[in-house]
Amino acid sequence: MNTGDTGWVLTSSALVLLMTLPGLAFFYGGLVRRKNVLSVLMQCLIILCVITLQWVLFGYSLTFGPDTGQGIIGGLDWLGLRNVGGQPNTDYAATIPHYAFMIFQCMFAVITPALIIGTYAERIKFSAFLAFTVLWATFVYDPLGHWVWGTGGWLRNLGALDFAGGIVVHTSSGVSALVLALLIGKRIGMERQHFAPHNLPFTVMGGALLWFGWFGFNAGSALSANELAATAFVTTTVATAAAGLTWALIEWQQNGAPTALGAVTGAVAGLVAITPACGFVNPMNAIFIGIIVSFLCYIAIAKVKSYFKYDDSLDVFGVHGVGGIWGTIATGLFAEKAVNEAGANGLFFGGAQQLLIQCMLVVVTVVFAAAMTWVIFKLVDSLIGVRVEKTKEIVGLDLTQHSESAYTLVD
Amino acid sequence: MKYIIAIIKPHKIDDVMKALEEVDVNLMTVSNVLGRGRQMGVTEVYRGTKEVGSLLKKVKLEIAVNEDFVEPTIQAITKGARTGEIGDGKIFVLDLPDVYRIRTGERGGTAIG
Repeated sequence: MNTGDTGWVLTSSALVLLMTLPGLAFFYGGLVRRKNVLSVLMQCLIILCVITLQWVLFGYSLTFGPDTGQGIIGGLDWLGLRNVGGQPNTDYAATIPHYAFMIFQCMFAVITPALIIGTYAERIKFSAFLAFTVLWATFVYDPLGHWVWGTGGWLRNLGALDFAGGIVVHTSSGVSALVLALLIGKRIGMERQHFAPHNLPFTVMGGALLWFGWFGFNAGSALSANELAATAFVTTTVATAAAGLTWALIEWQQNGAPTALGAVTGAVAGLVAITPACGFVNPMNAIFIGIIVSFLCYIAIAKVKSYFKYDDSLDVFGVHGVGGIWGTIATGLFAEKAVNEAGANGLFFGGAQQLLIQCMLVVVTVVFAAAMTWVIFKLVDSLIGVRVEKTKEIVGLDLTQHSESAYTLVD
Repeated sequence: MKYIIAIIKPHKIDDVMKALEEVDVNLMTVSNVLGRGRQMGVTEVYRGTKEVGSLLKKVKLEIAVNEDFVEPTIQAITKGARTGEIGDGKIFVLDLPDVYRIRTGERGGTAIG
């Protein structure tokens, strides 16, 4: 047991909690209209409550519990944290309490379904949101987490590299978001007018808190306070800086002005892209990963989305899906054993095999997440109906789902 | 010339503006206001937002028009704002003695549009 490692992982767990609330909550909350801001904050808050319980009751056991033998799912040995305690689990982290590893992973399980909020924002029934979230966490996140990170997981055994969740967190949520956007349909009135964000300062503040919390997400994934954590910390922040600046420059060239929304969106895209790679690449290649992700995500949001006219309201697919896929593939290009002995060499360091594995990882995740999301949506829609009635959507979710308003007109 | 003031439900503003564009009335001033009608805001709490006491959130439109446009404007606002339920709002029509355009100094009917 190492006190420094334990301190860092517990601190990182709190940092990752901060990403969901208030980071993501305000990043998304600022982007919706005045009448829906509380519904977004509420969804983030309730996901934190619900998935934390799901995780300690059975999610952790399904994801990280001893494999049932086929590499598909963890067993039920750790149900309700049975056999999980203060002593280290040497399979995952030999120098910190098993509880510390479990609660760090809990925060990842929380933020992943929270990312999806952005796609169905402003039109989902709260009850349907709850049902979808619990089912998605159980039948998409938990199995996928086991495949990639769990001892005995079949993708892990193939040598797949995902340092902090480019696949498990971002690609899975991003792809699911695209499927949901297509299934739930466009918000009323979208053809006629552009829905302006109601509070961009919230969005910038939320984005800044995401950047801050992401140090826990990425550098914390080293699970030790060591040189690997420092590497991940540095690659994370330089990729983010490069991506934020690149997005602003693209906008400046394309539209005549660099926007705050563009810069903060670029920064988040950079964070997403470096996530799978942060513990395997050197800082100069991290800059390159950051620059490229802003081009890819900008094209996805400004060109592809407006061409196909789907309503991924807050660009979950455009940022997390596209960014996560690029980061995962980039890991297969730029990973080097000189950075992390436990990793592998990517294409540019003589390891073409690793690039193939990373591409297969993307394909498996896209197919699995899309298919399962489709099934879960159809199930929830047939049981309780996913979308609110038309009049409720027009009046707003704050008032119709939560009987509250965020803002008053007079003091 | 008439000065038309309409108090409508906030979520009907898009429909009203669309209806006004169809009759070529494009100039207006819009503000968020609080108010109440005969029901004192009580029966309508769900659709409007109950704000202070029994006051509800409403939107106020102010439109200055020449005589030819008075009837089309009233019809367009009615068409866009009506739900048939309590709290759809009111339209007030006032005489407008004069209008000045600050930039050019024009006045009367030519300054209005």
